[in-house]
Amino acid sequence: MNGSPLRRIGTGWLLVLPFLALVVALFLGPIVNILWLSVTDPEPGLGNYAALVTSDNLVGILWTTIRICVITTAFSVIFGYSIAYAMVHVAQGSRNQMLSLLLVSFWISVLVRTFSWLMLLGRKGLVNETLVNIGIIAEPIEFMRNELGVLIGMVHYMIPYAVLPLLAVMQNIDGRVLSASRSLGATGQQTFWRVYLPLTRPGLVAASLLVFILSLGFYVTPAILGGGKVLMVAEYISVQILVTLRWGTAAMLAALMLFGVLALLFLMSRFMKLSTIFGGAKA
Amino acid sequence: MRRSFSETLNRYWAWLLLLFLVAPALIAIPVSLTPKRFLSMPKGELSLRHFEKLFGSEEWMSSFWQSAVIGLTSAALATALGTLCAIGLWRVSSKWGEAVRAFLLLPLVVPPIISAMAFYRFMVPLGLIDTYAGLILAHTVLAAPLVLITVSASLAGFDPRLEQASRNLGASNWTTMRRVILPSIRPGVLAGAIFAFIASWDEIVVTLFLSKFNVYTLPRRMWNGIRENTDPTVAAAAVVLIAITIIFFIIQALNARRSRNSGET
Repeated sequence: MNGSPLRRIGTGWLLVLPFLALVVALFLGPIVNILWLSVTDPEPGLGNYAALVTSDNLVGILWTTIRICVITTAFSVIFGYSIAYAMVHVAQGSRNQMLSLLLVSFWISVLVRTFSWLMLLGRKGLVNETLVNIGIIAEPIEFMRNELGVLIGMVHYMIPYAVLPLLAVMQNIDGRVLSASRSLGATGQQTFWRVYLPLTRPGLVAASLLVFILSLGFYVTPAILGGGKVLMVAEYISVQILVTLRWGTAAMLAALMLFGVLALLFLMSRFMKLSTIFGGAKA
Repeated sequence: MRRSFSETLNRYWAWLLLLFLVAPALIAIPVSLTPKRFLSMPKGELSLRHFEKLFGSEEWMSSFWQSAVIGLTSAALATALGTLCAIGLWRVSSKWGEAVRAFLLLPLVVPPIISAMAFYRFMVPLGLIDTYAGLILAHTVLAAPLVLITVSASLAGFDPRLEQASRNLGASNWTTMRRVILPSIRPGVLAGAIFAFIASWDEIVVTLFLSKFNVYTLPRRMWNGIRENTDPTVAAAAVVLIAITIIFFIIQALNARRSRNSGET
């Protein structure tokens, strides 16, 4: 029976088993436990979720999070589109250089990048000193401990994630469609807005959803550049667990975030094969 | 087709954006060379004192080794588990297999803060907080999906008939795996191992929850330094981290190029 299809599948599952068991025991179990906590701690019921309606504080944090994520997504995707468009239309050599820059920025640790912004944007940071010295501004601009700083740091981090799905879609656009549009008398502008842009819509949707999902749970940059003044959900969760020990509230917010992320991922999978995005990442 | 004005403009804009992506990280280099005791741009003279302090500091060096040990162990475990799993799913290749694959990518898409609280809650009663074992287990779970992705990508280009041929010629399961399958997916395995190492080496959010005193990785110490926001030693550490990142980037770029070339011939 050596090599029969049935046995091949059987040994296949055997190879999957170790990792599957590890994820079920160490990841799925604990996460289900968190979801369970959200309806049982401190007392059984939907009390934690009711706070969403009654607590102005919580509503404010959710609103801040969503606003920052929407703005981050908009800027990252617009800038990402510009980069991806240029990358598809330059010569091979330049494209490789552009890709290297993109991937290097992708690889540099988020801590290092956030730290750099701290040094650049502080009251006595390089940006403010330069602007004051050449006389553009009289007083240093407050970049830190407000939403401006958080947005700069987040957009900077998210741009590469926006570029990758857009690049995947743009590379597969048939150039003859554009030539056809031009030869039928459309101008360059018309061809772009009426033909090219609609063709890249799946990439635009996928890039927007990906950046939005990653922004929702983003912890490091908002925590450091926000300096405690800009509270987003992820940081609020960590405070609930490590400082005030209110597991119920933290678990409720985690549940909201988790279901939000899964719903958006499902939506994203309708527009683009997820493997094109995750497969392309970092490769 | 002649390039339009707006297209040329966009090209310059794109280069500018790409520079904006990379350039800010470089600020750490001049700041790390400042002769002052606080974070500042050097004016005139440069000094290596902060690098001396970094490499002379027992705390920073111990964090460095801890990160290396945790990163290498997690990467080894993640590579083994992820590679086996990818081969398994490739053999199964059914609707169920694809559902399991989607499920196994979950650690990659769940926001790190949620993973962190889940691990924390799970590990407190087991006494795994602030231990190597705890962090290694957590990092392995987070990193193995990356290996699954890269190895699966390699397997997509591997002809299943080769495996069949090897079996028909009398090779055992194990021999087929070692002599036929593994050599042809080596670039994917190597890429996965590198990504897994970097994922653990850079990981901060889960580490913030799982480490206290005994285990204090490099990102953990960086985090503290950044929060205090005064000591230029952090800038020196950032420069070292950038250098290490670039080394790994080059290794992976060479690996990718080699696998592309061997794919063409």
